[in-house]
Amino acid sequence: MLKVEDLRVYYRSLRGDVQALDGVSFSLADKEIMGLVGESGCGKSTLGKSLIRLDGRMRHVGGSAELDGETLPIADDARMNEFRFRKVSVIPQYAMSALNPTRRIGRMVRELVESRGIRFPTVRAELDRRLALVGLDQDVLERFPIELSGGMKQRMVMVISTLLNPSLLIADEVTSALDVSTQKAVATALAGFRDHDLVRSMIVITHDVSLVYQIADTIMVMYAGKLAEKAATDVIVSRPKHPYTQLLISALPEVGVRYDGKRLVGIPGSPPSLRPAPTGCRFRDRCPLAFDKCAEQPPFVEVEPGHSVACWKAS
Amino acid sequence: MGRYFSRKLLIYALTFVVAVTINWLIPRFMPGDPVSAMVARAGLQSPEGVAAMREYYTGLFGFDVPVWQQYLNFWGGLLSGDLGVSLWAFPQPVTSIIMAAVPYTLGLLIPAILLSWWAGNKFGAYAARKKVLDNTVLPIWYVLTATPYMWLAILLAWALGKVAGLFPVGRSFSASLRPDWSWLFISDLISHWFLPFLSLFLVAFGGWAIGMRNLIIYELEADYSHYLGSLGAPSRLVRRYAFRNALLPQVTGLALQLGVIVGGAVVTEIVFDYRGLGYLVLEAIKASDFFLLQGIFLFIVIGVLVANFIIDIVYVLVDPRTRAGMGGGA
Repeated sequence: MLKVEDLRVYYRSLRGDVQALDGVSFSLADKEIMGLVGESGCGKSTLGKSLIRLDGRMRHVGGSAELDGETLPIADDARMNEFRFRKVSVIPQYAMSALNPTRRIGRMVRELVESRGIRFPTVRAELDRRLALVGLDQDVLERFPIELSGGMKQRMVMVISTLLNPSLLIADEVTSALDVSTQKAVATALAGFRDHDLVRSMIVITHDVSLVYQIADTIMVMYAGKLAEKAATDVIVSRPKHPYTQLLISALPEVGVRYDGKRLVGIPGSPPSLRPAPTGCRFRDRCPLAFDKCAEQPPFVEVEPGHSVACWKAS
Repeated sequence: MGRYFSRKLLIYALTFVVAVTINWLIPRFMPGDPVSAMVARAGLQSPEGVAAMREYYTGLFGFDVPVWQQYLNFWGGLLSGDLGVSLWAFPQPVTSIIMAAVPYTLGLLIPAILLSWWAGNKFGAYAARKKVLDNTVLPIWYVLTATPYMWLAILLAWALGKVAGLFPVGRSFSASLRPDWSWLFISDLISHWFLPFLSLFLVAFGGWAIGMRNLIIYELEADYSHYLGSLGAPSRLVRRYAFRNALLPQVTGLALQLGVIVGGAVVTEIVFDYRGLGYLVLEAIKASDFFLLQGIFLFIVIGVLVANFIIDIVYVLVDPRTRAGMGGGA
């Protein structure tokens, strides 16, 4: 069970802080797969990284995250190490290049596991079982990363990242670099990990709504560093309340619908600069429903059980 | 694997034939006639004497046969280890002159190159994660590697040799001594060896250290390093991987250095008057002794080829990516 309270993470830059993650609160139940969607720069990857490892330019400004009753020491890189891999794990955006090119994969896994104080033989059998689960031969362990295809590397990284049964798995854009048929396989494998109880809960970060629709229980939409809406997957897709979500969903093509003569419309305008972020609702400038009250930031509140929205018009 | 190496060997063999041919051609296109030079040196007065001597030397150097046969004879001599007779140190054979000089050159260059490579890489990797070192010590080497080597060498010879008087400058060992295994000779040898060694070491060390520092910083920012960090791997493991991967381009660099080893220190040997192959090159040119020059160049060519071949093998052992490429038509 993950609980995030008012989390703020800014990027340091020469021209002031970029408020990339600005007061985010949500919770993630056990067994829940949450899709985290939004356009580029909305802060979804920043949220993912904040929960496992801040990179050099990120600064934890405020807020907290609690996993299974323990507070994650987000700002303390050294203390955070204890949680990484065992409690929180990540399948990074760059899974294709995440493996050391000059080590045989098996040896790398052994060195990684042993560096965390775990004897390799104790996880060896489990490793083999998981390779089979994602459809990889055991002999990939004898190979170098360059000898694997992109999809194989992706699945290998999935196996490594989940080896210690983490409580929370963050999957960051895991399918963006894959072709459609492999995307489906990877998505199913992710859901399989949850179903086999190998990971307790999962955040799937993507800009591909149709992908999370296949595997996610809930979807959380972010816009310009803030949460816009969170609800069960079918609610988000069929009855979204936030105008941004509505526009996002309506911009998706639908299967079985003919579009001749009609163009799919996008959302006009572009997200605001976050250095510093504007006051009030950040979607205001692009929102067809905007009115006077939007000059004030709407709170992220539960409007129905399990359905939270940050919009004055929705509540 | 076997196919890969037999292909490589074939390429090296071809390179060798071409290099030897060019090596044979160049002196023959050079201005100056060695026979006339030898005859003039003898200073004979009578025309009969000059003619007889000219005939003798022409026969001795093998100029009395057609050019194509000279070329074949050259190969024949080469394969039996006979590179002709030196003019500069007549009548010593070229092979024995080169063999006498080789230990000095190798004794100077191999320690300088290997030690600077080893120490430079260690230091560079260390500096990459120690800001203080990176900002204080490395800049000294930015300056050192940017100064012309010859100037630095002269400066060292002047400061430590002439002014401080710590080390003798000139010759490989004192003129009063004969080479033997006595303590006196060995200590004398080392004191003559130290300054040229130091000059080479200092410059090369800086080059390796600066290169390694940049490579390590690059590797620590690579995706695999970030991934290991995200999984809580201790920085010791991440650094070990980064060091090994950063070492690969440095191995190539070392190969290039070792390749030119045999002829590479001409400047050093001239500045310090150190009597190795580089010194021989200068003397051979001055005396227009093209047999000797030809012999030295041949030696350099063989050195470059052997060093490259060794590095090819080493690279296959250390970098799996080259191994993977070998399955096809590498």
